Amino acid sequence: MTREDIRSTILEVIADIVPDEDLSALTGDVRIRDQIELDSMDFLDIIMELRKRYGVEVPEDDYMELATLDGSVNYLEPRMKEI
Amino acid sequence: MAGDGLKDIKSEYDVIVIGSGLAGLTCANMLAKFDRSVLILEQHTKLGGLATWFKRKGGHIFDVSLHGFPAGMIKTCRKYWTPEIAKSIVQLKGIRFDNPQFSFSTTFDVNDFTRIMTDNFKIPREIVDDFFVTVRGMNFYDDQTMTTGELFNKFFPGREDVVRLLMEPITYANGSTLDDPAISYGIVFSNFMSKGVYTFQGGGTDKVVGDMETELIKNGVDIKTGSPAEKIVIENKKTAGVVVNGKTIKSNAVVSNGNLISTIRNLIGYENFSEKFIEEVKKVRINNSSCQVYIGIKKGEKIDYIGDLLFTSTAEKFDSKALCSKNITSRTFSIYYPATRPETGMYSVVSSTNANYQDWAYLSGEEYRASKEELIESTLNALDKYLPGIRGKIDWVEAATPKTFESYTLHVDGSSFGTKFEGLKVSMDLPTELPGVFHTGSVGIIMSGWLGAANYGVITANNVDKYLRL
Repeated sequence: MTREDIRSTILEVIADIVPDEDLSALTGDVRIRDQIELDSMDFLDIIMELRKRYGVEVPEDDYMELATLDGSVNYLEPRMKEI
Repeated sequence: MAGDGLKDIKSEYDVIVIGSGLAGLTCANMLAKFDRSVLILEQHTKLGGLATWFKRKGGHIFDVSLHGFPAGMIKTCRKYWTPEIAKSIVQLKGIRFDNPQFSFSTTFDVNDFTRIMTDNFKIPREIVDDFFVTVRGMNFYDDQTMTTGELFNKFFPGREDVVRLLMEPITYANGSTLDDPAISYGIVFSNFMSKGVYTFQGGGTDKVVGDMETELIKNGVDIKTGSPAEKIVIENKKTAGVVVNGKTIKSNAVVSNGNLISTIRNLIGYENFSEKFIEEVKKVRINNSSCQVYIGIKKGEKIDYIGDLLFTSTAEKFDSKALCSKNITSRTFSIYYPATRPETGMYSVVSSTNANYQDWAYLSGEEYRASKEELIESTLNALDKYLPGIRGKIDWVEAATPKTFESYTLHVDGSSFGTKFEGLKVSMDLPTELPGVFHTGSVGIIMSGWLGAANYGVITANNVDKYLRL
């Protein structure tokens, strides 16, 4: 996957978890939970979906890396480039 | 579904879930969605754990714990169950307080509470806002040394009436007291305050649990009720399965949704753990139990709308220890109108009080019956204030005590709210001590109630799935 693919994949996952939120204006370098209503269970859902769909395991110690959209792409790029 | 034999089940599963409370059911459903083969073993004849109901002569159906939960349950049901279950959730708008210090009705959300605290209790708006910002910002990783009592004292020194307003409903929701960590209060209180109190409509607990069972079966989960697990099998320091009806069913992971302490002590056995861990286990305090009185209004008879949830008391002030005492005057009435079960068109009232197991466990048969009778009488007298002439409208009344809760759930001391705060760490550390063994259910106050239990089921399912991939 390219960085663009990964970004749209993350947005797709988030859209499934919080269907009522408008994701079109999400800024890449601001914490996602500061821009939309996303609680800790929603965040766990993102982690579970990434594992279920792509076999990507994000250890708990790395959760902070996924706080922003840009951070998520950076973190997932090496882990998803072969997909 | 029910049946004592084990002939319909396989000899091996990815995961066996022991106990079918909301945490166990939700955990099982998520694991099935992760394509794991799952078996649920439930000792009782029906699913749901304390999310339960029972039928009585006269067409009565009583809900045991469907008092109301935070709005977060809508999202939890939509994400981890079905959109249909989520859509049946509605707000309970009539939450009433009535005690010697204050009396009013509220929607129990941050806007209405801000109004009440400023208008009725004359607390400056800045302090109220600051309090709500503080509790909303609390999370599990924050300082755990501050108690709830200290939190209240910081914002509302000397205001026993405010403490009662803020604490009494939460004490009924999860058995917590002023001595419990402030974060456990803050998290649960904020969950309710975000949008108010919600419940299922168009069918009670039986409908919800029935819908969940249908979904589990659709997702391929095998279910065995009337099948108490005898032992979690440990081989080479990790789990190998579960013994039920004298037979071992193999599995790579086991999730216990039973009481945390009896899981470790009885299902697994202390000998399988490090001494250090057992020391921590022995420090875990069990939360209190409950008494309830179930009051059935005759078919065809009506009662006025007096609110959905009534926090009532004749005690001069709030005292969480006194709330568990046998001669309590504080009780919560859950009033169920026909909207809950339109098909019956009937009304019922369930009165709940917190209670100590020790006060009920050692009575003689005669003393026990007399105490129950006394509980019923004092409850009906208290209810008569809100529904005058209620005795003439009912044709069923019975009481449940900590002994009743113990007998149906097998919880240590009939605990109806799991364990105190320290139980959460023990519950979460279980798989580190014994790979493949997990716990889910009401622990640590935070993971309590319908919403907390269901969400903890998801958190545990995530950990189990991660473990099974190793």
